[in-house]
Amino acid sequence: MNKVMVVFRRELRSYFATPLAYVFIVIFLVLSAVFTFQVGGFFERGQADLQPFFRWHPWLYLVLIPAISMRLWAEERNSGSIELLMTLPITLWQAVVGKFLAAWSFAGIALLLTFPIWITVNYLGSPDNGAILAAYLGSLLMAGGFLSIGMCLSAATRNQVIAFITAALVGFVFLLAGFPLVLDFVRGILPQSIVDAIASLSFFTHFEAISRGVIDLRDLVYFAALIGFWLAATALVLDIKKAQ
Amino acid sequence: MITTKHLSKRYGDKLAVDDLTFSVAPGEVLGFLGANGAGKSTTMRMIAGFIAPSGGQVTVCGHDIERSPVAAKSCMGYLPEGAPSYGEMTVSEFLDFVADVRGLTGDLRCRRRAVVVERLGLGPVTQQVVETLSKGFRRRVGLAQALIHDPQVLILDEPTDGLDPNQKHEVRRLINELSKDKLVIVSTHILEEVHEVCTRAIIIANGRIVADETPTALEARSRYHHAVSLRFEKPEELEAARREIAALAEVAAVEFDARELRLTAVPKRGANTLSAVSAIIDRNNWEVPELHLESGRLDEVFRTLTQPPGSGVSDALQEAGV
Repeated sequence: MNKVMVVFRRELRSYFATPLAYVFIVIFLVLSAVFTFQVGGFFERGQADLQPFFRWHPWLYLVLIPAISMRLWAEERNSGSIELLMTLPITLWQAVVGKFLAAWSFAGIALLLTFPIWITVNYLGSPDNGAILAAYLGSLLMAGGFLSIGMCLSAATRNQVIAFITAALVGFVFLLAGFPLVLDFVRGILPQSIVDAIASLSFFTHFEAISRGVIDLRDLVYFAALIGFWLAATALVLDIKKAQ
Repeated sequence: MITTKHLSKRYGDKLAVDDLTFSVAPGEVLGFLGANGAGKSTTMRMIAGFIAPSGGQVTVCGHDIERSPVAAKSCMGYLPEGAPSYGEMTVSEFLDFVADVRGLTGDLRCRRRAVVVERLGLGPVTQQVVETLSKGFRRRVGLAQALIHDPQVLILDEPTDGLDPNQKHEVRRLINELSKDKLVIVSTHILEEVHEVCTRAIIIANGRIVADETPTALEARSRYHHAVSLRFEKPEELEAARREIAALAEVAAVEFDARELRLTAVPKRGANTLSAVSAIIDRNNWEVPELHLESGRLDEVFRTLTQPPGSGVSDALQEAGV
């Protein structure tokens, strides 16, 4: 069997072996319902789409995804099981990718369980299901982005609380990279070309484009490159820790 | 075959392992001894490929652990210190996971799983979650994991720590059986273990090798090597013996315990005191219910090798008048 799959299966199963998975899924579903119906005004808008549902996903992920990613390496380091994993005959990449895919699949399962809202909107009207599918894809990609950031920071510490807070902080910067809060801060110290580059890193901009139903190759490449970058950073952090 | 060349590890300013060079051949059971913090675990972690050395080289079964880690790790079974495992998994799931990573399939996988479960007595707990197990069982799960692929090389970091005497005996027997065709490195600070399982012992202090010999040769370094121990029935005989034995030319010192009525004649280097001491006993017609020739005391050798004179805890206590 492929080694990545072996790591993946063990990791995914470990989420469901503890209450974490169930608590996470319930909180995710409740919060997304509250935001959609109470804050987003799903019914009041009188439109058959899921914009009020997807609009809040960046903020939900900002707080909830670090809760999935924080344990990925910090827990292994704390319990010592990392010593076991790293002395088994697998490469660093197999371990990193297997773990990431497990966490991503778990986030995917939570996202999939929001399907009643899709049924609701189809019952009440006739939405553009293609656009909804695209938005689901965008949401999943964004979750992957947050997860890859969180995984790298989890590899850097043995403390899960630190892993959570730093992941939320870095995630916040990436989320708001296109907004004045971040841009004003860097505009004074960096040349305009770099400021533009930072602005183009924003999760919001890329997610909003996809969630309107426009799947642009550039947005897909953005998320793929982002995830790839943070996975490589994770492997690098683990390698540095090994030599320390 | 394991070879290390000029292996060293630096943590900040501290040199934890300093220029270790040794090789171990199949059939050997190498005991790795040293005080806490001497660099035992660090060395074993470098051999197992968990941490990277700051300098030097490790080869396991001909594979360099840095350059071809997967090949080197494939022929090795490793029990890390404290036997960590995935607490939320059952023993059965955990062994399945390790078997999968090790690439065991089909018939071989079933057979090896059955063998390790049987050998380590894990039968009654296979469906139990690892974190609910006792310390002894967890250690055995760690050993099972290290043995599941029938490796050529076994690295065991304190395999008997936390086991009861029966379990300790069982693990030692297991190591003895395995050692016929395999290479085993065991770290321990239980010195009696060295005699029971090891064919060779390396003592390290401050990251350096201070002794690399067979356990018997190590004992011969002891000042108690060929010392004669006696037990008397009557205090006045002990008193007389103390004076007479101390006068012997072969005897360097006499130590005695007045409460237990025991006396030990420590010989001068290379001398044998047994015949002279027994002649004195015969001549005086003393009552001596116990007499034996010591082969040496490992704990004493260990202390002199790992503790620079004057820096030990016991010396400090003596100075403080305790």
